[in-house]
Amino acid sequence: MKNRVLNNHLLRPLLVVIGVIIIVLVVRQLYVPGDFGIHVPGYTYGWYREGNIEDWKQVTVKYQGREYCANCHTTEVDLISTSPHAIIQCENCHGPGVGHPPDPPKLVIDKSRELCLRCHSELQYPSNPRSAIKGIDPVAHNPNVECVTCHNPHKPTIPGA
Amino acid sequence: MVHGAVWTVKELFVFPNEFIYWAIQIVMYPFMTGLVAGAFVLSSLYHVFGIQQLKGIARFALVLSFALLPAAMLPLVLHLQQPFRGIEVLMTPHFTSAIAAFGIVFSAYFAIVASELWFLYRKHWVEQALLLRSKPHKTFKDRWSSGTYRYLTLGSYDIGEDAQRKDGKAIKILAAAGIPVALFLHGYAGFIFGSVKANALWMTPLMPVIFIMSAIVSGIALCMLTYIVTMKIRKFRARRNQSRTYSREQLEDIKGAEIDVIKTTSRYLLFFLVFAISLELLDLIFRGYTAVKSWDVLRSVIYGKDFVDIFILQYGIGNLIPLILFLLPRLSIRRATIGAVLVLFGVFMMRWNVVIGGQAFSLTFAGYMHYALPMIPRSLDTLKEGLVGALGVFVFPFILFYLYSKIMPIFGPKETY
Amino acid sequence: MSSTGPESFSRREPGSISRRDFLKKTAIVAAGALIPLAALEILSPARAQALVDDAATGPLHWVFLVDTYKCVGCGFCVKACKLENEVPYETEATRTWVERYVLTKDGGFHADSPEGARDGFITPKIKIGPGEYQDIKPEDIAKAYFVPKLCNQCNLPPCVQVCPVGATYKAPDGVVLVDRTWCIGCGYCIMACPYGARFFHPKYRTAEKCNFCYHRLAKGLSPACVQACPFGARQIGNLNDPNDPVAKVITTERIAVLKSEYGTKPQVFYLGLDQEVR
Repeated sequence: MKNRVLNNHLLRPLLVVIGVIIIVLVVRQLYVPGDFGIHVPGYTYGWYREGNIEDWKQVTVKYQGREYCANCHTTEVDLISTSPHAIIQCENCHGPGVGHPPDPPKLVIDKSRELCLRCHSELQYPSNPRSAIKGIDPVAHNPNVECVTCHNPHKPTIPGA
Repeated sequence: MVHGAVWTVKELFVFPNEFIYWAIQIVMYPFMTGLVAGAFVLSSLYHVFGIQQLKGIARFALVLSFALLPAAMLPLVLHLQQPFRGIEVLMTPHFTSAIAAFGIVFSAYFAIVASELWFLYRKHWVEQALLLRSKPHKTFKDRWSSGTYRYLTLGSYDIGEDAQRKDGKAIKILAAAGIPVALFLHGYAGFIFGSVKANALWMTPLMPVIFIMSAIVSGIALCMLTYIVTMKIRKFRARRNQSRTYSREQLEDIKGAEIDVIKTTSRYLLFFLVFAISLELLDLIFRGYTAVKSWDVLRSVIYGKDFVDIFILQYGIGNLIPLILFLLPRLSIRRATIGAVLVLFGVFMMRWNVVIGGQAFSLTFAGYMHYALPMIPRSLDTLKEGLVGALGVFVFPFILFYLYSKIMPIFGPKETY
Repeated sequence: MSSTGPESFSRREPGSISRRDFLKKTAIVAAGALIPLAALEILSPARAQALVDDAATGPLHWVFLVDTYKCVGCGFCVKACKLENEVPYETEATRTWVERYVLTKDGGFHADSPEGARDGFITPKIKIGPGEYQDIKPEDIAKAYFVPKLCNQCNLPPCVQVCPVGATYKAPDGVVLVDRTWCIGCGYCIMACPYGARFFHPKYRTAEKCNFCYHRLAKGLSPACVQACPFGARQIGNLNDPNDPVAKVITTERIAVLKSEYGTKPQVFYLGLDQEVR
């Protein structure tokens, strides 16, 4: 009796479907990484490949911080540390120090006005900490001249000014 | 360039990372799945509920639904930034996401429609296989056809009275089982949008229902339209090849579009059309009445920037005019054709107004984004997510439909089921 | 295989199994054995609950503090972030950005974030469109301030909830990460984020967002934006460490989060958040 049921042509499409499901499951075993599953804190927010956490930890750090620059550039670091620009990281203006030295042998020295205007373009906003920064009107104050022509970025205050 | 930047124009205060990420292909996707679901429901109205006037269009609708199915997958493949990883939806589905339902529902629906078509056509396939097997001198084409039909029979050659009765039962069961699956196939697409709390226009529990109703409307309209067009082509061909290829009997068979089929179909179209319009108006009225934080910017989009898209194109041309056309007495084939085309346009505009409209305002509620549909492809991105890609998606199912009709004749052998 | 019929199964020795039967049973066993354990995990609520309990007592939970009273809109944070995290400088998206709000005495609202403040705010003109700017007279301004923004690493992240393939997730220490090798680029997470923190990386073509410079945290360094900020407007800390200065501020002073009505439980806290901030 059972054989007759199986033999019934009605089940043919069902067998095809089951076959496809089996193929999908086999492919899944091969395709999905072993560490993929439910992790902390559960299925909703913790469904992932665990190895990815280590992947992100391995990314190269680019910005080194002033202490790294101080290893060699003691003059500039000492100079800037006693100026109003002490709060600015070296790499803010010179770019990330990863690999330097030897690669790149020299970091960028950005002398554009736009760099200085980030803080020093006067915006006239009431009760805003920006007002505490000495600012200029970029259109009026020596336009087309690089700021560093007169101001040393590591010791920007011009004596007597 | 960030994907989405090339066709987005920002106005006033918009977050820097905001662009129109979901573009024309995400408009096409619910449009195509809506046609799939609607065509299937129409076919099931005959197979399950026995509405005799729909017999002529039922088999047609099912084959069309099957042709629309791969076409419904195409917009997603074109949209994905990593299309070759698309299979991951089946590999590691995250069911808290409505999109993960896609893999299972799509496959289930595919299995059901394929099975139903198998039962519907196996008698024809068995006959063709046996015919070709007994043919003494086979051409290359014959051998190819013979092999195809043999595989399609899945090894079962029983087409006796008993077997045919069983087939009819199987079709009924599958058609019934397929209705909730077809509705789910499109309902979940509505859920994809309705559950996004971050989007003030999309977030409403009505969204899945609105999507399903307008999907059925579009499916019925497309079936009606394709039916009329196909009948016209057959009539034209028959007249041209008169007495050379067709027998008198076959010529009589091709009677042209049957107005009764069209009339009954249009009645169901009207019912679902009214339902869809009511839900959308309800949603709009509620929003205006409750006037939550997002209402200011939504109002400026709905009644301002998108006024033409929503009220003239979608509600006016796409809903009101076809409503009138179908309600007027003495429905003619010509009027039904125009009505069906306008309905399809209206449903398309509904998808457009939801997807693009939802991205027309910024998350800041203080800025806007304008969508400039790329007409001429200048890159892979603008080809896939531009006018060319959209038209390709729309044309594809009809090419498939034509190919299917080679082994699944829509007219011809008298239907037994 | 010849055509089948009931009669072909009638002649068999008792106790033996037909080829058909054997194949069918083998297929079922094989299919059952192939269901990966991961699928079974979905069905085990007890296991999932145990994992959740573990998370509650974990030692490390990163939180971020933004002091809008200190931000001057220099944009060094944005520049540092781009260079540290390899988001191309000219790309029109960024993992972190700064917004400027200018509120005028007549109740007017103006806000912008040109290139995410990648180059700072150099002009008082408000950017209102591509190449379009609006002048505001200084005497009309009632208040103006800058608001740094970044991914909030929500405790109930809607972006993680909607990822269809498990490419984004909440790591045990609280940071929400994106698996670049697994993301299919559907963009659902980008649409689901109420804060606009996510975007498509132009080169990797996967979803991208701030991850608190996870690679720097692993080495005991602070995120690039925290280090770059000259004014101390950005700070990061461990909420579970009672001696952590950031944790102390969050638990004892008046702080706010963005868009709390969405229920996402953001882990970036703000000092001086004005009602007009979006």
